Order: sequence, then structure tokens, then C-alpha cells
Amino acid sequence: MSIDIRQFHAGFFEESLEGLSVMEAGLLDLESGQATEETLHAIFRAAHSIKGGAGSFGFSRISQATHHLETLLDEMRAGHRSADAGVLKVLYQSVDGVRAMISAAQAEQPCPEAQVQAFEAALKAVLGAAPASGSAAQADAPAPAPSSRAAWSIHCAPAPGLLATGNEPLLLMQALAELGELTGTLIEPQGEDVAIETLSVDDCRLAWDLTLVTDADEATIRDVFSWVDDCCALTVTQRAATSPPKPEATAPVAVAATAVAEQPARLEATVAAPPQLPTASIRVGVDKVDALIDLVGELVITQAMLHQAVSGLDPVQFERLHSTLEQLERNTRSLQSSVLAVRMLPVGTVFSRFPRVVRDLADKLGKRVKLVLEGEATELDKGMIERITDPLMHLLRNALDHGLETIEERRAVGKPEECRLKLSARHASGSIVLEIEDDGRGLNREKILAKAIERGVISERPATDADIDNLIFEPGFSTADAVTDVSGRGVGMDVVRKNVLALGGRIELFSNPGKGTRVAVRLPLTLAILDGMSVAVGDEVFIVPIASVMESFQPQPGQMPPLGGQQRLVKVRDTYLPLMRLADHFGLPTAYEGPGIAVVVEADGRRLALMVDALVGQQQVVIKSLEQNYRSVPGVAGATILGDGRVALILDVSRLTAVSALAIAA
Amino acid sequence: MPHILAVDDSSSMRQMVSFTLASAGYAVTEAEDGAIALDKARGGQYDLVLADVNMPNMDGISLIRALRALPAYQYTPMLMLTTEAGDGKKQEGRAAGATGWLVKPFNPEQLLATLKRVLPQ
Amino acid sequence: MDGSQSASEPKRGLDNNDAGAEFLTFCLAKETYGVDILRVQEIRGYDSVTRLPSAPDFIKGVINLRGTIVPVVDMRIKFNLGEAVYDDFTVMVILNVAKRVIGMVVDRVSDVVRLVDEEIRATPEFGSGIDVHYVAGLVERDDQMLIVLDIEKLFKSKDMALFDAAVAA
Repeated sequence: MSIDIRQFHAGFFEESLEGLSVMEAGLLDLESGQATEETLHAIFRAAHSIKGGAGSFGFSRISQATHHLETLLDEMRAGHRSADAGVLKVLYQSVDGVRAMISAAQAEQPCPEAQVQAFEAALKAVLGAAPASGSAAQADAPAPAPSSRAAWSIHCAPAPGLLATGNEPLLLMQALAELGELTGTLIEPQGEDVAIETLSVDDCRLAWDLTLVTDADEATIRDVFSWVDDCCALTVTQRAATSPPKPEATAPVAVAATAVAEQPARLEATVAAPPQLPTASIRVGVDKVDALIDLVGELVITQAMLHQAVSGLDPVQFERLHSTLEQLERNTRSLQSSVLAVRMLPVGTVFSRFPRVVRDLADKLGKRVKLVLEGEATELDKGMIERITDPLMHLLRNALDHGLETIEERRAVGKPEECRLKLSARHASGSIVLEIEDDGRGLNREKILAKAIERGVISERPATDADIDNLIFEPGFSTADAVTDVSGRGVGMDVVRKNVLALGGRIELFSNPGKGTRVAVRLPLTLAILDGMSVAVGDEVFIVPIASVMESFQPQPGQMPPLGGQQRLVKVRDTYLPLMRLADHFGLPTAYEGPGIAVVVEADGRRLALMVDALVGQQQVVIKSLEQNYRSVPGVAGATILGDGRVALILDVSRLTAVSALAIAA
Repeated sequence: MPHILAVDDSSSMRQMVSFTLASAGYAVTEAEDGAIALDKARGGQYDLVLADVNMPNMDGISLIRALRALPAYQYTPMLMLTTEAGDGKKQEGRAAGATGWLVKPFNPEQLLATLKRVLPQ
Repeated sequence: MDGSQSASEPKRGLDNNDAGAEFLTFCLAKETYGVDILRVQEIRGYDSVTRLPSAPDFIKGVINLRGTIVPVVDMRIKFNLGEAVYDDFTVMVILNVAKRVIGMVVDRVSDVVRLVDEEIRATPEFGSGIDVHYVAGLVERDDQMLIVLDIEKLFKSKDMALFDAAVAA
């Protein structure tokens, strides 16, 4: 039976990438002096697993490349080598190199040879001139002598304690028999110490004289006994050759020992190592989880439909029915939370890559930075995690590049040399809030203002300082004096904001000149469900995301001054807001003539009053895709299915506010 | 049907070993370190133990030593999975009571071939 | 009629199968059309369509098909095939085209017929509503003319604007 080894590849890649993260975290700890005895062992084990797995699963280049890495780490954990800056640098380089190899293999791309040879060379240099021995050639057994069929005499007399090693002579014989034709005789115990009463059943007191006709060489024959050669008197001699005499049979060659220092006695497990409680977990494909979430979404809708169908029935007469349905609703909601929770992962999985990035960047920029992570256990939907990583990375780079001062600059203003950069996550009323806070120089308001006016983004000074700060979210905005290759030009805060908005979130910036800056990103907990306010427009029902709703009211005639054309304004307390009649905007017929309701929504710092016929209610809705069978519709973010089975469209508030702003500006 | 205890901290190795053994008709139980394996061994009766040498919490050789001390496992075959072909580790393992070893990296075929030397077919 | 030369040649059917293929026939304003049965997912009554803002008038809106949002088109409006009436006989044919699910409103559904290639004649340029481009051929059966549609070509056309440009390519 042959097993296709490729089915284990995915698991190997995942495991190896995780192992590399462990290694990197360990190296960072070593560098910052936070490492423990266990740290080195953990780093070694990770490298060891990668090397072993690579060999087993057919990735010989990876196995080969990680050999010296393992050797170096072994020396370090044995105390033969200390983790100085030079060694650490090479280790970081190697980790990056192995990661690149694994990623390439995963993507079925060719191995990045240049990078690999670079770190291999660096490792060899650190390890010293002594070339690592033939361990790299470990897999190469010595070339077998040319085979020819011969008869061999084998005498095997196991020591009494053989059985206690778990070895079984019968099985050894069977292994021999596989090599050719085996015959033999049993030698019964002889001698003084063989009185039956004194014999222990656990001892092996038998011996054998065997004859094996085989074309295998002596090494192969001896190999059968390799496990027991220290508790077995063994002689293997060739009797007759049926073909031209072979060269002198050499003593069995053990595969070349490594030149690396002999491994000292390993640290016993009793040495204080923080016990790692194994967390029982299983890996599940994302598609399975998504399918589950869809099904639960359907259940919620069906349950809502039941609720609606039954609502007209007399609650007294149908008391049982009502109460059971309430129970069903509770169960369904619980099920929904539990299933959505399956997709939630701790945000620490995103945070984990940042320490390394911050370290490298700070190094490059000549700044000393302490990165503090808080709230890594806070959970976030997996889909969102993947999409928030780049924006967060960009915000961090911005802080490092522009916000934080160099060592000299900080000394000059009397700040401690080490900058403080904090990345935190916490839950707050149905959302997750991610914050990046630094104690750097804050935003340069005058410069931003000047650039904004110069670029025509605004024509006069905005009302508040916060307004000036938020100007950096406008497209194409970069006040950097020089283009650094760190943050790049053009990939500005506007892209970050767009990404956050696409996730249904918000981003805000607070700056304290000279003291620091804080950026807060607020995200909904899940992408699949939305808290919505349902509104009626003509015969249709629309859903407005609650997160965007500021307030709603019934406008009085005095609040709506007539303006030429369709666009109107509505007065809300002291300001005028643009008014958009949804019926007109969407081209929907409505016979409604009443006063209607104005729903004030906000997105991207812009406010808009939406005019609808009536408010219908508030509910949690399952977001369905329009693009799956149709295409995207401007002004519509998605669709959902109401309790009565009808489809309701979800408004794209961001787009609507943008459109209304254009209309006013025009 | 022989019941095998496979101990390795690498999940992909455990996966490969389990799959290979199960395909060959063996029952397999996995453990990710020596301490967990020892617990499981005490609670059950295994016909063969495969133990990786490098593991956290309790390494393979310590595990084998601890198992040999249990009456139920005096004669049970136990194989070390080691990357070292040199004598050092093997001696250490034998001293602790290992039956033999399998050198990593190995493929499924090598694993099954080696099993023939410790489990009756 | 010009091009009658080609009209007499049998046109290859949609699936090049000698044993023929099955087609669902339906009526749109007194004409009978046919679509490959393999594209038909189900047939439903016409009801509860949610309008789509700023959509062309032949796209009636979307419906809830067991939890999936499916757009509904009315060919009678698109090709000006007479009055678009919505009564008890009005029916939606749910089609599977280009990995998407789309509903098409028809006046009524008729039979499933089996057609062989030889029967399908090339389409002359006649003044029928539906663009000749989207017609795979014509068949005469029981004194009636059956217009065989190439539904995939029709739905994917830029004209219909059913899909995002990237997909229709």
C-alpha cells in the first residue's frame, strides 16, 4: 500500500509557519532579556520539527537548509554558545529565509534559492569553519557492496534480558527471513545455571544457529539485529559465495557521526519549565464554518417567519404555541451567537507579527521603541482579522515613521529616549475598538492646514482642531517632507479609512501636539449580521445600519426651507443638513403624502437626513449578498430576508452621504 | 487489533503516523507530549509505543523510562523516533529501555516496515 | 428571403447530441420559445418581487429563493414583446446560467419537448422581438414555430447588464 504523502502537506505548512512564529517570539524575548530556560528549548524544538517534517514529507531542500539552523540552536540550548547580537541577527535572517521557503512551497512556487543560500552561508559562518559533517548526508546510507547471492552463517545468542527490551526473537527471525531463505537450529541452554527451577520465565535462554541464503550484504543482515546488538552475542560470517569473491566485508558502517559537539545529557523534564496546558482544539476548514453560519442564518429567518405567522393568533387560546415559539427564539439566538463565536479568533493572532516589524523598523529609523500590546485575547471575526491586518500595519508604520521622534529629538525635548507605542484591543458596546497610541510628537496642524488649503481640499480654516487633524484622511494627503520607503507615498490614511469603512467600522484620530497621537478603529463584531432599523419607502422596506443612525424625527414645515431643484435641506437644531428623499433617489413610486420621517445618518464625517415614509422597527438581520447572482447596486450594501419572506435592501450609508455631498457641492 | 500509542509534538507528524497506521489496520491513539502519553498509557493498554525524542513537558526517553517502570509495560515494544543516527541517542534510549528506534525523516513505507519487527503480523 | 440558402441547412443544436436534447417551452406574448432544460432549476409563481433602485425597467427586482437573493428579469419588457401582464398564469422560470441563478418572467409554461439537431433551422433575419444573436435556431412542430434561445449568450450580454463587467467577459 502506498500512501500519498501530499495530503499531509497542508498540515505541515501550517504547523511550520506557526513554529516559525514561536521561534521569532523566542528570539525577541532573548533579545529583550525576557527569555527563560524554556525559551531556547522551544525555539530548538520548533526548528527541529520543521527539519524533521520537511524530511518526512519530501521537502529535502528545506530539510537541508534547516540543518545548520538546528545545529546552531542546539549549541545554544546546550550552553555552548550565547545569544549575542551577531548570532541573533543570523537567526532572524534564517527564520525569514525558512518562512520564505515554506511559503513558496505552499504556493507551489520555486524555492527562493538566493535567499536560502544567503542564510545558509551566514549560519555556516557563525558555526565556524568546521563544516557540518555528513549529517546533511544522513539519509545517504553507505553504498551497499555489490550484491551477490551467498550463504551466511549467523549465530545469535540473546542475553537473558532481551525480552525486557520489548524485542521478540521470532520477529527478528521473520525480518531475516524476508531477506532470503532462512534455515536454522535452536540451541538449547546448556550449562550449570540451567536448572529449571532457577529459570525465570522473563529471561531469554535460547540461542540459534542460522543459515541465510541471500543476496543482501552483511550490513543489511546486521541491521536486522541493530536494536539488540548490545544484548545479543552475534556473529555473521559468509560461508560460500556463488559469484566472484567480494572485497573484504567491512565492519558495519554506522552513518557518519556528526561533528557537532556531542549532545550533553538533556535537561530533564523536572527542570523548572512552565507547564504548558494543552488546549484541546481541532482544525476546521473555513468553508465548513461558513456553511454552518449560513444554515444558522436560515434558521433565524425561518424562526422569524414562524413568529410573524403566529403573531395574529390569540395569545390566550394559543398560549402553548406562543410560549414554545419564544423558547425556539431564545434557542435560535443562542445557537447563532455560538456559531458566530466559532469564527471569532483572538486579535492576538494579528498582533503577534507586529513586534518583529516594529523592532526592524525602529532599528532602521534610529529610534528606540517599546511596543506594548494589550487585550490580545479580545476576539474578532476571522474574516475581519484578515482585513484589518494591513490597515493596522500601516497605522503602526505611520506612527513609527512620522509620529515618533529619534533618540536625539527626544533628548532635545526632555522625553525619555525610549518611545512608547501601545496597540490595544477591547470590546465596547457591541463593537471592538482597536487603538494605536504613541507618545511622539503629535500632528503638525499648521502644516496639515497649509497643505490642505494648497491642495484645495478646503478653502478656509475648519472650526475645530479635531477637524484639522482629520484632514489627513483625505485622499493623496501626505505631509512627509521626503518620501520614505517606510510608509510610501499615496498609500495614505484615506486607504486605511476606506478599508475600515468597508468593514462597517469607523476610524478617529486624536492628536496632542508634542505629547502624542491616538488612532481609534471601531469595528462591528461580525460581518454576517447587522443591527438594522427598518424603514418603509413606498411598498418597499429598507434597512439602515443602526451604527450609522444618529437620530430620527418628524420634520416640521418650518425646518425645510425650499431651495431650487430637488436637493433640500433640513434644519436640525443649529445646523442645516442635506435631505435625501429615498423614494426619489431610488426611483420608487410612493403614494405617501404625509410628513414622513427624517433619519439622520453619519458616515465618513458627513451627515445626511434620509426622508422615509415611516419607521417600521428595529431588528437584527442576516446580511445576504446581491452580487452572488446579480451585481452591486449603488447605494445598496446588501440584502436581507424579512420575517415575511420578502427581501429588504440594506442601505450603503457611506455611498449615500458621499453622493449627497457631491450634489450639494455641484 | 493492535493498539498503538503515537507520541510527537509535531501535529503534522502525528497526522502522518496516525493515517499510515490506521490505513494498515492498527488502532492509534495520539499524544502530543510525554506527560500526556504517560497518563494515557496508565489508563489503557497499548501494544506498541512510538515516541518522538524531542518533546516539551516530558521527552521521549524519559517517557520510555517511566513506562518501563509500569508493570503493564515491562515487555511492550517501544520505539524512539529520533533524527540522530549517531550512537549517543540510541545508547541513551536503550539504557532507558527502548526496544529500538526509527530514524527521522521516515516515510510511511519505512514506518510500516519497521513495525513488522515489533508487532506480529 | 435572403440567406434562405442557409435556412435550409440544419443548424447544429446546442449540445451537439444526435439523440437530441430536451427543451422547456414557454410563451412570451403569443410566441413560443424554448430553453435547454438543463438550465432550468425550477418554476415558480410570480410574487413578492423587491424592486431594485435605479435598475432598468426589464429587471423587475429580486426575490428570496430559499434564502438566496435572485434577480428577476422580464423579457417582454426588454424586447417589447407586447403587454407585460402579471396574472395568475404568470410564472417565473428559475434558470442556472454562468454559475448564477436568475429568474425570468414568462406568460405561461408549456411542455418539455425533445429536439434533434436536424430539426433546428438557422434563423433568418425576421422581425421578431428577441435579437437574432440570442436565438440558436427555429423549429417547426405541430404547425407551430418554436424559437430556441441561447439563454447563456442572452443573459451574459452587456446589453442585459445583469453581471458586473468582469464576469460577462
